[in-house]
Amino acid sequence: MASDHGDSVFANVVRAPEDPILGVTVAYNKDPSPKKLNLGVGAYRTEEGKPLVLNVVRRAEQMLVNDTSRVKEYLPIVGLAEFNKLSAKLIFGVDSPAIQENRVTTVQCLSGTGSLRVGAEFLARHYHEHTIYIPQPTWGNHPKVFTIAGLSVKTYRYYSPETRGLDFQGLLDDLNAAPSGAIVLLHACAHNPTGVDPTPEQWEQIRQLMRSKGLLPFFDSAYQGFASGSLDEDAQSVRMFVSDGGECLVAQSYAKNMGMYGERVGALSIVCKSADVAVRVESQLKLVIRSMYSNPPIHGASIVAAILKDSHMYHEWTVELKAMADRIISMRQKLFDALQARGTPGDWSHIIKQIGMFTFTGLNAQQVAFMTKEYHIYMTSDGRISMAGLSSQTVSLLADAIHAAVSAVV
Amino acid sequence: MAFRRIILGQVGRVGERSMSSWWRNVQPAAKDPILGVTEAFLADPSPDKVNVGVGAYRDDNGKPVVLECVREAERRIAGNLSMEYLPMGGSAKMVEETLRLAYGENSDLIKDKRIAAIQSLSGTGACRIFAEFQRRFCPDSQIYIPVPTWANHHNIWRDAHVPQRTFHYYHPESRGLDFASMMDDIKSAPNGSFFLLHACAHNPTGVDPSEEQWREISYQFKVKGHFPFFDMAYQGFASGDPERDAKSIRIFLEDGHLIGCAQSYAKNMGLYGQRVGCLSVVCEDEKQAVAVKSQLQQLARPMYSNPPTHGALIVSTVLGDPNLKKLWLKEVKGMADRIIGARIALRQNLEKLGSSLSWKHITNQIGMFCYSGLTPEQVDRLTNEFHIYMTRNGRISMAGVTTGNVGYLANAIHEVSKSA
Repeated sequence: MASDHGDSVFANVVRAPEDPILGVTVAYNKDPSPKKLNLGVGAYRTEEGKPLVLNVVRRAEQMLVNDTSRVKEYLPIVGLAEFNKLSAKLIFGVDSPAIQENRVTTVQCLSGTGSLRVGAEFLARHYHEHTIYIPQPTWGNHPKVFTIAGLSVKTYRYYSPETRGLDFQGLLDDLNAAPSGAIVLLHACAHNPTGVDPTPEQWEQIRQLMRSKGLLPFFDSAYQGFASGSLDEDAQSVRMFVSDGGECLVAQSYAKNMGMYGERVGALSIVCKSADVAVRVESQLKLVIRSMYSNPPIHGASIVAAILKDSHMYHEWTVELKAMADRIISMRQKLFDALQARGTPGDWSHIIKQIGMFTFTGLNAQQVAFMTKEYHIYMTSDGRISMAGLSSQTVSLLADAIHAAVSAVV
Repeated sequence: MAFRRIILGQVGRVGERSMSSWWRNVQPAAKDPILGVTEAFLADPSPDKVNVGVGAYRDDNGKPVVLECVREAERRIAGNLSMEYLPMGGSAKMVEETLRLAYGENSDLIKDKRIAAIQSLSGTGACRIFAEFQRRFCPDSQIYIPVPTWANHHNIWRDAHVPQRTFHYYHPESRGLDFASMMDDIKSAPNGSFFLLHACAHNPTGVDPSEEQWREISYQFKVKGHFPFFDMAYQGFASGDPERDAKSIRIFLEDGHLIGCAQSYAKNMGLYGQRVGCLSVVCEDEKQAVAVKSQLQQLARPMYSNPPTHGALIVSTVLGDPNLKKLWLKEVKGMADRIIGARIALRQNLEKLGSSLSWKHITNQIGMFCYSGLTPEQVDRLTNEFHIYMTRNGRISMAGVTTGNVGYLANAIHEVSKSA
């Protein structure tokens, strides 16, 4: 019986605040109200408000379970080879010259977060510039990932609250002022949290500016297929940069577009100038991974690989993916229409202009708190709502709440 | 489409800066000493090749094994549950069951909620999160690591930026524990030092302290106020009995130590590639445990956000069902017994060949590995002449030894060592 235990060496540890994003779900779960709405974390919900496992994923999983020849051995440090090749093709295009020339190294990582972290650690060790520029605003976890990896984080202007659109001139000015060689984080599509993306013409200008200044692009691609409904369309920004022969990093996540959230499936690709460099880079990525978790989890990647390599399953996936994207687009329209119908003060057209899973409503922290308290609607305090959490049933509740918040709280 | 128009117009155009790569100065990294062995093995076309490198269990036909209890758990899981994000701390159910294994079914520490614990990416992930936690909250501390140890331990604490020291452990002459030097090192380390201890089945040596020795170590730790961090990757695998294999930890807990512990299901449940484990830290009270757990989660968030769900579901399904748990215990014992049998066979074969060297250590040592005492040069000969693959420190993974290859292996070892 341990009655006299010594003082803990961790006695000075204070309780950390709840994660601003994941904490929303914690608060939502604690709320006893029968009528509540979780628009916090970006996880897709059906019209019935239920999580969704794609049919094609179920089938692939069943196939794997039924195959008794499969074992649970360690994957190589870089992960499942087949998965890596297919992931590279998915983001860079099946005919990508960079792939054909063996200039791309792809390593399986733990979803988007893991891919970003491994890439950041690699940069902190092997890249001469240790500053990364992230858009203002960005996903809350981005600065934490880069900082802990040893990079110093600066921001570039991105979102304009006045227009609720892109502050393009601000973006160009800030990137132009960045030191040569600095790393720049780019959201490949469906910017999180704002839903505001550059146009193709703007992407081209960004590319030219970055290449002329030798800025290193680090793409975060968490929503490929989710933004427009087309996988190829949503990869255009990345492909534009790769086409010019230059180098970049890309973090891919299958959390949303394949609904693989909890399985932690993703990939980090580094596009290099030559095959020789790619080989050396890969060997160093392995060192980063080995001391972090040795090798990645096999289950989710096996499912994804099974789907990507089978043309029928791949097609089935694109259909289910488009259905999810379409449902979100229709929710945007419904919410916009509901606010118009109520005559809610303000311009709400950004709801249908923004793209992807989130809408940056423009509501302030007080208004958000009001909506949580009075209407039991949960979202992050920056006013970001996950459209995936809305349904035809709940749109009117949300519209009522926004209307009340905007009228009552300024 | 607008994008295609733009790309076609700019084909072949590159930025104005130089054509060379940003990564031209990146050196090729050295191959991992352990995982590189399997790579080399796979590339070898010889029909006689034997892999006694990486510590993954094989049956007597040299095949990897998926436990029956795991297959059954997977049948129940597939198609039923969603793939939603786990909380940052992972599956509460899995963590609960896992703590019971390490701390005891009726542990007061569990009842009093004094253990801060999160699901981790197997043993590696548990060690890494702890190392980062140690760095953040005890920034002036360092870690004492046994000589030798699993090579990746050095990488983990180094990359977490925690300075390392070593302490004596293995005694090459006796191929056993250098207990006296180990105790000297424990005594001479500054008070309140952090020590990495292998709970059972020390990797790579297979040499464990006796119960009596563990008690002395624990006592000395109390005197010095040292922090014990246990890496328990082989619970159940060493003796075949998980309770017995946790004895070292239980001794420390009885003595009131506030330990840290990394647990892995890679070997004892055969879940290698699923990456399932648990990191726990014993605290003074529930309030502190809540605080520590929240901080462990803060370290998981920028590494992988939340841990993978599938492996955790398998574990909680197996351990949560009394029949499946019984089956698991039987299967773990089966694996441990096969390894113990392989040890006996290898030693007997070597003695029968008339080796003048002592091979007692093969059966004295415990767990998956045997520290053969072979030199790197002898290991190279084993590989080049006999297509036998192991790490160059002479560590043999007994799980790779079968009734089919033990004779060949003994013969080869005898060949390269008889002139020693």
